[in-house]
Order: sequence, then C-alpha cells, then structure tokens
Amino acid sequence: MSDTTSTPNPALPRRNIFKTLELDTRLLGMVGAFIIICIAFNVMTDGRFLTPRNMFNLTIQTVSVAIMATGMVFVIVTRHIDLSVGSLLATCSAVMAMTQTEILPNMLGLGLDHPLTWALTIIVGLLTGTLIGAFHGYLVGYLTIPAFIVTLGGLLVWRNVAWYLTDGQTIGPLDSTFMKFGGINGTLGASMSWIVGLIATALAIAALFNARRNKARHGFPVKPLWAEGVLAGIAATLILGFVWTLNSYNIPPARLRRLFAARGEEMPDGFTAAYGIPISVLILIAIAIAMTILARRTRLGRYIFATGGNPDAAELSGINTRLLTVKIFALMGALCALSAVVASARLANHTNDIGTLDELRVIAAAVIGGTALSGGLGTIHGAILGALIMQSLQSGMAMVGVDAPFQNIVVGTVLVVAVLVDIIYRKRTGDS
Amino acid sequence: MKKTTVALAAAFSATLSTAAIAQDLTIGVSWSNFQEERWKTDEAAIKGALDAAGAAYVSADAQSSSAKQLSDVESLIAQGVDALIILAQDAQAIGPAVQAAADEGIPVVGYDRLIDDARAFYLTFDNVEVGRMQARAVLAAQPNGNYVMIKGSPTDPNADFLRGGQQEVLQSAIDAGDITIVAEAYTDGWLPANAQRNMEQILTAQDNNVDAVVASNDGTAGGVVAALTAQGMDGIPVSGQDGDHAALNRVAKGTQTVSVWKDARDLGRAAGEIAVALAGGTAMADIEGATMWTSPGGTDLNAVFLAPLPVTKDNLSDVVDAGWISQEALCQGVSGGPAPCN
Repeated sequence: MSDTTSTPNPALPRRNIFKTLELDTRLLGMVGAFIIICIAFNVMTDGRFLTPRNMFNLTIQTVSVAIMATGMVFVIVTRHIDLSVGSLLATCSAVMAMTQTEILPNMLGLGLDHPLTWALTIIVGLLTGTLIGAFHGYLVGYLTIPAFIVTLGGLLVWRNVAWYLTDGQTIGPLDSTFMKFGGINGTLGASMSWIVGLIATALAIAALFNARRNKARHGFPVKPLWAEGVLAGIAATLILGFVWTLNSYNIPPARLRRLFAARGEEMPDGFTAAYGIPISVLILIAIAIAMTILARRTRLGRYIFATGGNPDAAELSGINTRLLTVKIFALMGALCALSAVVASARLANHTNDIGTLDELRVIAAAVIGGTALSGGLGTIHGAILGALIMQSLQSGMAMVGVDAPFQNIVVGTVLVVAVLVDIIYRKRTGDS
Repeated sequence: MKKTTVALAAAFSATLSTAAIAQDLTIGVSWSNFQEERWKTDEAAIKGALDAAGAAYVSADAQSSSAKQLSDVESLIAQGVDALIILAQDAQAIGPAVQAAADEGIPVVGYDRLIDDARAFYLTFDNVEVGRMQARAVLAAQPNGNYVMIKGSPTDPNADFLRGGQQEVLQSAIDAGDITIVAEAYTDGWLPANAQRNMEQILTAQDNNVDAVVASNDGTAGGVVAALTAQGMDGIPVSGQDGDHAALNRVAKGTQTVSVWKDARDLGRAAGEIAVALAGGTAMADIEGATMWTSPGGTDLNAVFLAPLPVTKDNLSDVVDAGWISQEALCQGVSGGPAPCN
C-alpha cells in the first residue's frame, strides 16, 4: 500500500517523466507485461487475439475471478488466506439457483420469470455469502483457528453443501432477468455504452482535479498542470477506447433475427447493432471503484492495511482486529456471492462443478497483481489486472492450441516468476 | 452386426466425397476432459477424417470444467471455425455455447454425450442396442434358467437405456416361462468391487441356482466372474461391454460370453465427416443415416446412432485385426482356445 499512500518528498529532485506523472511503475510494468502477452498472442493467431470480439470475450471471462480477487486482496493483506472461495461461490450459486427455480416460483407462488425474482434471488445469495464469510471470520478472528485451516475445511464443506442442495443436478434455465448479469445476454448497447463512457470520463477528470485542489489546499506539492492534462488524456483515451472496442463487436445477424422474431417483428434489411458494455463488466468496475475507495479513503481500509503491516502494533493501538477479521471475511463472502451471480448467469445454469479451482485462480490473480503474502501490501486494480493477465494467458493459449498440460505449466510458471520479479523490484527500489 | 458397421462406413465415405470439395474448412473440437486416455483414440480418428477431407483441426480441453468449456467454445468460434464438435461436460450448461454457435451460424455436433438442444446434431453409439446385444448373446448361450441382471450406476441414464434394451430381448423368453429373472442390482459408480459384492449376496440368497448373468459392462462383468469363480461356477454365460482388454481375455478363456465393443475410431471418423458435411452446408436432416430422436428431456434432435460390435469367441480375430488388442494380451493364459488363440 506504500505505493498508493506515499507522498513524494518535496526535497527530492523529480527524476523522470513517470515520477513527474506520479504513475506507479509496478503498475506500468504489469500493464507492459499484459500488452506484450496480447501482442504475442495476436501475432501467433494471425491477428485474431486483438479483435473487438476477443476483447469482449476476455472481459466477460475475467469478471467472476476478478470480483473475488478484489476481496482476496484484503484477506491476504491482513496475512490471512481464503481457500474456500470457489466452494463458497458454488454454495451461493446453488442457493440462488434453488431460490429462483424452486422456492420463489413454486413455494411462494411467484411463477417463472416474475419481475421480483432476480432481485430477491441476489439478496438471498448475498446474505448467504456474507453470513458464511462472517462465520469463517469469527472462527479465524475470535476462536483463533488459522485461516488456512478454516477455509481448507470450508473448501470441502461448502463444495459439498452445494452438491447436497441440488442433488448434484444441473439447475436451469435460470430466471431470464437474472441471466442478464452473465455477460453476453445482458449488454448496454452502443448508445448507452457511449453515455456511460462519457460520464466515466467526466468523473475521472473531475476526480483528478479534485485531488489536485485538495493537495494544494493542504500545502502538498502538486504536479505541473501539463502532467495533470496528460493523465486526464490517458484516462479519457483508455475509457473511451474500451467503450469503442466493445461497441465495435456487432451482434451476429442470426442472433438479431432471433431477437426480432422473439418480439414478433421482422428484422429490417441491413440492420446492425453492437453489444456494448456487458452488465457484468459494469458490476466489476463498480466493485473496483468501491473497493478502492474503501481501501484508501475509509477508516476500515486504513485499519486493514495497518493490521496487515503489523498486527501487534495495530491491536495495541486500539484496532479491534478480531472484528476486523470478521468484516474482511464477510466482505469476501459477499463478493463470492456476486461472483456466483455472474458465473451461473453466464452458464445459464447452476452446475455442480461451478467455481472448481477458482480459489487458486483468485489467489494467483491477487498475487500476480502485487499483493504480498507477508501482508500489508496490495492494490485492487493490481488484482484485477492480475486476473486479466491470467485469463488472457488461458484464452490465448486455448486459441493458439497449446496442449492442455502445457497451459497449466505456463500459468504455474508465470505465477512464480511474477512474484520473483516483484521481490527483485522491491529490493531494487528499496520498497518494503 | 459387422455388416451394419461396414454399411455405415460406406455411407460415410459417400458423405466424404461431397465434402472433399469444401477446402479450407476448419473444424473446432471442444473436449470435456482430455486427461482420460480414451479420447486420444477419438482425436486421432477425427483428425484422420478431417485430413482426408482437407479440413483443419483445432481443439481445446475444458479440463472437466463446464465454465472453461464455454470459454473454450467462444475462443474456437473467435478463431473462425466452420463447425464444432463438442464433447459436453454438462448436457444443459453447454446451452449458452450452442447458442453462441447458432448465432454465428456454426453447426454443432454433440459427440458421444447428449447436448439437449435441437440445434445440435447428436452422434453416439446406440446404447439400447448394446443392451439388446448383451441379452441376445447370453440368451443364445443359455436359452432357459435363472437370470441375474447386474445393472450400471443408478445415477447414469445409460444404465437404464441398457437395461431397457436387455428387457426387450428377454421379454418373450420370460413370457414363455423359459427364463426367470431371480435378482437384479444396480452397481454404484460402475465399480467392479460393488458388482462383486452384489453378486456374492445374490449367489448366497439363491443357493447358487443361477444359470446366466447379464452384466452391463466389462468392469461389472469382472466383479461377477470373480464372485462366480469363488463358487466354482465360472463358465456360465456373462455379458459385458467396452472391449476392455481383461474382458476380451476372459472371452478367450471362456469365462465371459460377450463384450460389446464400441469402436471409438468409428465414432471419431463419423464425427469428423459429419462436421465437414455440416460445415459445407448440408442440412442436419440430410446427413447419411440421420434420424429424428427424442431425448429424455423431450427435445427432438437429429441423430446418428452407430452400431456397436458384439465380440464373442467366434469373432475374436476381428479385434486383433483392428489393432485394438495384441494377440499376446488377448490370449494370455489361454491354451487351446478359440481363434486366434489356438
């Protein structure tokens, strides 16, 4: 967290452009690695990797793991671990599947596809995840059982609770509104996506200048105005470029014809429409912003990083670290539930194997994203970028046709090398 | 039955000639779990059929995850495949993938496992026919007496397809009073150990008054034969399926009557040829040998059911000639047995 909370010492001369822009060089390194991966796969697949269509696929494939990775950052920062996230996702998914296909339509008599079903289902899912997470946190924080053991038990328990709840059957199809959270079935369309993109750009620029004003008011040194301008330009290019990419992927004609036919209309000749931003990606972005604010601007966030940096000192200084642990695991549980919404909606079904091995992907994403297992360090955007890098590797290798065993060998190697590079980097720069 | 296989092969070579004009096609295969050894055989056969048609082969392995399989199919579609062959990890959860393929106008062949969607073509062996073949072979060897039915796993729908086929063949003999089914048991997880325990209980309950056993696969047949051997009853008719090497060896020894063999190479070749034909624009209903079939879920699908081959002591040479098993493995410990072990 030092990279986000540190304020540069004004006595030091500014050395290079990155320093002037106050950009995080670790983050830049990861972005660089991501770009290299993308270009390499693009060359190997004859330009198919960097198409709007594949970018669209990549974003929706990343969402589920990325949502959980943001929560895993807090867990790892406080020197804990959560091995149960994949199983917890399965239990939340099973509870929600039963809620929307059995309990609400049949037992409560709402019928199929009732307009309230999706909302009630997600509330039930979030409650389930939060309660189970809080229970884990209680076992870890108050009963002082190591998190590794609690969540290793949880991995077995919740995987099989999910199995028991559904008799191991595939439950589906799910509620039609609920399925919009899965990605391809729920997108904003071109014009709404542009509006969201423009609002996001405006907010980003406003945030930049707000921060500058705050610093100036408290007498901190500020970047030169041109640097702020460059940053604003980069932010706007990234946001609008992202929207433009997603908007460039047109809905296939056969699907459009089906959509028109479903409404009893004829498709006009030459009609095209773009997918735009998927709702699941919007959820991820909202979570990323909320979690970043939580980490940097709230007392809870400061407590989390203080406890992670030195648990004893944090406790002695009056932080209730036990309750803090409960809160962190409860938050993790709630994020698992949200991931379960996205993952099961994407499959249009709850499957018995949903979320299998996700705990490893989530931990790997957080660690590749620069979260230190020794505690106290980690960023939300890093974890999401880590998830994106992992998914790009997997999708890219599937596209190139790398044999299955080699795919996993590469992912495993990348994980270890990423942490090694991180350690070397921290030593060189004198970062803790 | 061999004739049928030959006839089907001929039929497929006919579709092949129409497909040969369709150059530059790419066929994507999504495997559910390539870790299982048997799919290597299928892959080789699919590749062979695609090579013959001049089509390219790309594949992805879902590693037993239905979520990864969906990503895999999206990736295969993004690579611009002209047809997909999917070994589904989950018959229902593969739905969004089939949807995505249909949106792009890409035909889908459901390989070996059912994809419960009318837009997918279904290709598998005829499991009901496997059951019929098992019962037929046992009935021919033992036309009267007390029968025991050792069924497959209670959670596997195939177990009931097999049992249904067996009943069809045995029904008339039961009605005539020639045979009596004295006991039947499901085998949890298809495990030989469970089949052996069930068979031991049945033999005890029946005072060994058992004349024939219809077992649903070679694993369970192995358990049954072990139980029979313990009572000195080995040699009474026992059925099986899969062409397991141990089972074929038992057929050569005379302790098992039949092993119905589903040649994975036939299945792979047929899948490759059907995929190329569909990619070339052939309608699903116009595929050679295609029939309309209603799934247990009530979906009407175009399907091709390949006929399996019952291997008995009379045609053991066929499996050796096909390269499925070496003569040494087949004839291990057999002296003066049927061809080719004599």
